[in-house]
Amino acid sequence: MSLTSLFAIALSAILIENYILVQFLGICPFLGVSKKTDTALGMSMAVIFVMTIASAITYLVNKYLLVTLKLEYMQTVAFILVIAALVQFVEMFLQKAVPALYQALGIYLPLITTNCAVLGVALLNVEAGYTFIESIVNGFASAVGFSLALLLFSTIRERLEFSDIPKAFEGFPIALITAALLAMSFMGFSGLKVF
Amino acid sequence: MKETLKQFRDGLWDQNPIMVLVLGMCATLATTTSVVNAVGMGLSTTIVLICSNVVISLLRKVIPSQIRIASYVVIIAGFVTAVDLILQAYFPDISEALGIFIPLIVVNCIILARAEAFASKNGVFRSAVDGLTMGLGFIFALLMMSTIREILGNGTLFSGTPFELDLTFGGKIEPASLMIRPVGGFLTLGFLLAGRQKINMLRDRKNSKTEECEGSKS
Repeated sequence: MSLTSLFAIALSAILIENYILVQFLGICPFLGVSKKTDTALGMSMAVIFVMTIASAITYLVNKYLLVTLKLEYMQTVAFILVIAALVQFVEMFLQKAVPALYQALGIYLPLITTNCAVLGVALLNVEAGYTFIESIVNGFASAVGFSLALLLFSTIRERLEFSDIPKAFEGFPIALITAALLAMSFMGFSGLKVF
Repeated sequence: MKETLKQFRDGLWDQNPIMVLVLGMCATLATTTSVVNAVGMGLSTTIVLICSNVVISLLRKVIPSQIRIASYVVIIAGFVTAVDLILQAYFPDISEALGIFIPLIVVNCIILARAEAFASKNGVFRSAVDGLTMGLGFIFALLMMSTIREILGNGTLFSGTPFELDLTFGGKIEPASLMIRPVGGFLTLGFLLAGRQKINMLRDRKNSKTEECEGSKS
């Protein structure tokens, strides 16, 4: 495990295999909280925080609990429980220790439990057979990719508010078409090969 | 009976989980590359939705409200694991094609939303009907999207079944593979939602016109 391979994982997770625009994970918050850049920023920070920790903990749970007990088929149940408990714990910890950050993240923390990107990264880490460090890097980088797409999208959406759109396209339709254009630009990265 | 009919109408059009509530987007966009995948996803979700609605409705007086969300998630995850294992055993092709999106049914917001908004407040029969109608609405929207995307993006219809249709006239027309890429998913859904809004606008205008006519008569 060299630094270059970690770099390759990170780059691929952020740009080439972007969670939102290429793999379709975490679309609900992508459409739900992208109306304002402020809220998008809050959600991004919460997701980066939780996804990195979740990758580490689900790796340990899978390796030392599920595999040793031969309970791999319980992965989905175990992971979602771990994530739900983790989000709850992070929320309580932040409330006591870093109230400013807790205020900033607000309602976005509990919403993360049902963000499929978090469960997705846990399952994909196992599927890809990553090591502990690789899992953490992949979790962190995927979350950064998520945030990149979310922030780009929210800045475009803020400007959409002032544009003249056909009546039938108001609201979600035009947002989805904007997302399509954004996804098209990210297709350009698919040709990018690391080593 | 009338109420059941209204539930069907809500699920398919007025409260369609995809087109109106805009829930469960990940699965919608990712699995509609072909009709077969979409039906596999739709049926799996519907089965989980009906089962979890029934169980949650049965247990609604037992589960303490503080830990209800966690309990719902565990119940849902149990059914998803069952569906996942059944698919792996009997339909390995579909299981392979849907991949990670089968376990991700757990975090499909439709299921948790119906558990919280409906099954936790209503009786067993109505909750089962709600699961069925919402599931049908989900399948309906998935079918529309996948039909469009498969015809335009792959040049086939019902590929992977005995009824496969080749619409490229023996390779004379090059299908636009963009449509089965992520871009196509966003585009198709955008146009579908716009189409739905347009239909509703036309219907409203018609209704208001007839009201005006009746008003002038009286």
